[in-house]
Amino acid sequence: MSNTNTSPSILETRQLECVRDDRLLFSGLSITLAAGEVLQIEGANGSGKTSLLRILCGLRRADAGEVLWQGEEVSGVREDYYANMIYIGHLPCIKGDLTTLENIRSLLDTRSQSVPLDEIDQALAKVGLAGFDDVPAKALSSGQRRRILLAFILLAKARLWIMDEPLTALDVQGVALVESMLLEHREAGGSAIFTTHHGMQLPCEMRSVTLGIQQAGKC
Amino acid sequence: MLKAFYHLLARDLRLAFRLRHELANPLIFFVLVVSLFPLAVTPNAELLQEMAPGVIWVSALLSVLLSLDRLFKQDYEDGSLDQLMLSPNPLVILVLAKVAAHWLLTGLPLVLIAPLLGLFMYVPAEANGVLMLSLLLGTPVLSLVGAIGVSLTVAVNRGGVLLSLIILPLYIPILIFGANAVDVASDGLSVRGQILFLGAVLAMSISLAPLATAVALRITASR
Repeated sequence: MSNTNTSPSILETRQLECVRDDRLLFSGLSITLAAGEVLQIEGANGSGKTSLLRILCGLRRADAGEVLWQGEEVSGVREDYYANMIYIGHLPCIKGDLTTLENIRSLLDTRSQSVPLDEIDQALAKVGLAGFDDVPAKALSSGQRRRILLAFILLAKARLWIMDEPLTALDVQGVALVESMLLEHREAGGSAIFTTHHGMQLPCEMRSVTLGIQQAGKC
Repeated sequence: MLKAFYHLLARDLRLAFRLRHELANPLIFFVLVVSLFPLAVTPNAELLQEMAPGVIWVSALLSVLLSLDRLFKQDYEDGSLDQLMLSPNPLVILVLAKVAAHWLLTGLPLVLIAPLLGLFMYVPAEANGVLMLSLLLGTPVLSLVGAIGVSLTVAVNRGGVLLSLIILPLYIPILIFGANAVDVASDGLSVRGQILFLGAVLAMSISLAPLATAVALRITASR
């Protein structure tokens, strides 16, 4: 256990390994993510991108290796980690029977964040959902439902964003919106890890890690 | 932490009241099954009174069992369950909130309607109070213990049979003591022992079942 908080990395993985249905997806994966860094995970379908993200946020257990949040094992600092990290999976986590506003409120409540109404309205306007506060989410298109999540990300003000396919169902303006959100987040000193199949053009330095080149066949 | 409990409880209740037809399902099932017995078996008062505790308790148990599925299913399918697990709040508290909402929506209506069904089945007036009390203590246990089973099977397609196999053996003691309490009360005897047992099981379930459920949910999510 080396608790060196002097390192600038906020998230670090050491020798991560993931096995799924007797298939080795990746092993020996070590990533360091510093504050203000954006990391893209690349790889073919089934190469373990989603599994990696779920391991990073502690939903899935790695078959070997460890994930460190600011130098400490994630499972030991869960509360602090989850207060500073936001994960958006490929599932919408939106309730069709709740309105846009209620959906955002309940997502923020889960994080124990109470945000004033005008701030929520601002975020909704920014993601192009102004005037949709009282519309049940089931009446929205799937792209609009993804935009609710974007508003949630803006309001959560987490330092680390972990996003699985954030561009799913979004139109051209939506993609541009995510890009500008990432850029602003990065300039504010935040970090992000995401996967995407769409081309994402960020006018900033962006690292990428590609999964699934070295492994072919059995483990 | 209390806030998180309250907010999740309020969300689940609000969602349930937006889907009212689903809300009524367990209650309708309970009433229908019990009220069919006098028609199908016999209108004989003595015989019905004899059967009443068992019939009412079995129907209540099955009614809760059938409604368990919705405890985590929707949250699992739309990804909300992941968000709950990524909450800075202890998962145990959130689980307790979800189970509390489930009980308020299924168990409590059963408790309230039970005296009416007691009348159908010729349960004596003094035993009707015991019937309500036994259900009041017993149905929360059904929800709490059921949550463990649901959290283990929520990721399994058509996990209903598996759920019944896991849960029913754990329900048996509640069924025996609950029905027995009403039975004994009908004979005019003291039911202190049975009620105390149900209370003890409830206390144990409230303190232990959410822990087991939280662990089971983490296992389910890590698949």
